[in-house]
Amino acid sequence: MDLLGAPKRGMFRDFAGTGAAGLPNGCDSISEARFALPAVQDPATFVETHFSPGTYEDNGKRVKFSKGTTTLAFKFKGGVIVSVDSRASQGSYIGSQTVKKVIEINPYLLGTMAGGAADCLFWERNLGMQCRIFELRNKERISVAAASKLLANTMNSYKGMGLSMGTMITGWDKKGPQLYYVDNDGTRLKADENKPYFCVGSGGTFAYGVLDTNWSFDLSDEEAIELGKRAIYHATYRDAYSGGVNNVYHVQENGWVQVYSDDTYKSHDKYSAEREAAANP
Amino acid sequence: MQAPVEQRWSPYADNGGTCMGVAGEDFVVVAADTRLSQGYSIHTRNCSKVTQLTDKCVIASCGMKSDAITLHKHLKARMVMYEHQHRRQPSVTAIAQMLSTTLYYKRFFPYYTFNVLCGVDDEGKGAVYNYDAIGNMERVPYTTSGSGSALVMSVLDAQIAKSNQTIATPSLDKAGIVELCKDVLSSVGERDIHTGDYAEIFLIDAAGISKTEFDLKLD
Repeated sequence: MDLLGAPKRGMFRDFAGTGAAGLPNGCDSISEARFALPAVQDPATFVETHFSPGTYEDNGKRVKFSKGTTTLAFKFKGGVIVSVDSRASQGSYIGSQTVKKVIEINPYLLGTMAGGAADCLFWERNLGMQCRIFELRNKERISVAAASKLLANTMNSYKGMGLSMGTMITGWDKKGPQLYYVDNDGTRLKADENKPYFCVGSGGTFAYGVLDTNWSFDLSDEEAIELGKRAIYHATYRDAYSGGVNNVYHVQENGWVQVYSDDTYKSHDKYSAEREAAANP
Repeated sequence: MQAPVEQRWSPYADNGGTCMGVAGEDFVVVAADTRLSQGYSIHTRNCSKVTQLTDKCVIASCGMKSDAITLHKHLKARMVMYEHQHRRQPSVTAIAQMLSTTLYYKRFFPYYTFNVLCGVDDEGKGAVYNYDAIGNMERVPYTTSGSGSALVMSVLDAQIAKSNQTIATPSLDKAGIVELCKDVLSSVGERDIHTGDYAEIFLIDAAGISKTEFDLKLD
């Protein structure tokens, strides 16, 4: 029985009917997913114009997807802090205030979610499968560099097809804590001493402001977690597309731990009191 | 010289309607209207949005009816395939993940459907999953989709999650949630032109799935 869209077992398949090249993936046997395409002259352009999420609104497109975000991650001496909001907006309607934007790829790898929610969810789950296959083949864990490159290669192969994804892949491997930025253009950036943090999403500019003034490599764990919360708080305060719950993860040598999860309005009481105290000493 | 003719292919229609799902401790309530409309005209007053997938799982879909029919047919076939392979019915959690990937495999030509998947999970707890058109998925205590979803959601936020309620009130029991669903759909029928006619209420618990119907306004 041939069910459209049912996952196919066996050899890698070419893109159905497009003539596009097969995906140049290391783990070919599990990226065999076959996607249904619209019956038009140029499916890629059709898909790009009709089914891709815009940055701030859907431009009257018929299919509305969940999006809008603030996510950030930064390196410091104690590892990596990942801090995100939890709002999903569909146009001006808040679709959900409880989205898990940190995707737990496996016990030592984290991915974040910005852009199209389904794109991030699907491809980071797919990445989890590829990483597991790597482990079984090589009898060792995949490096963060390699994992992020698998995702970047996947994104590159779907370039121009309207995918929307801005993600940070982070974890702790043989070379220590690692942080990479990967997006739907196929861009892949490594966080280093000169560029120790990334903010992704509509609220990212506000978060950058907080990180640019307060970040230092020598932050203690507590200070780093506090900085992560503060940056997300300010982003949710000024960006209408960000809000809900602030989730904070700490990537450590033995894997990640979730260190905080609470509604951002609770932070508001704290930070506004702080602001008042600073204004009236 | 003939003037250039612009060709445009628009494969989607919005057939309106509203559905909702509310999870309880060990049960789940699903409610949906049965109106099927296109623009201002009502095609039929009695067309179910809900399909039963297993003994403890149903799916309700709003959006475009033809895609919903195709999707439900596909899912029912997958249920049969699973049962033949594993000699048992798939769990709600398994179906939830399968639905997500099924929708995503149509990422480049999506099903124009907005789904609510409801059932009782392997631990006996009520489960409600919400989806966008291309498979973004979230397990939630309650959700709604369709033309009246924004109206429904605000009432559920107030009455189930008790967001921004300052006076503590006891949480609703099974009968209370069923009554709430009826009230909400009746109210939505007053303000949303695409919602009305009749409503179906499905109650899924340890005893199985029971269905009741009640009348909405026909105007």
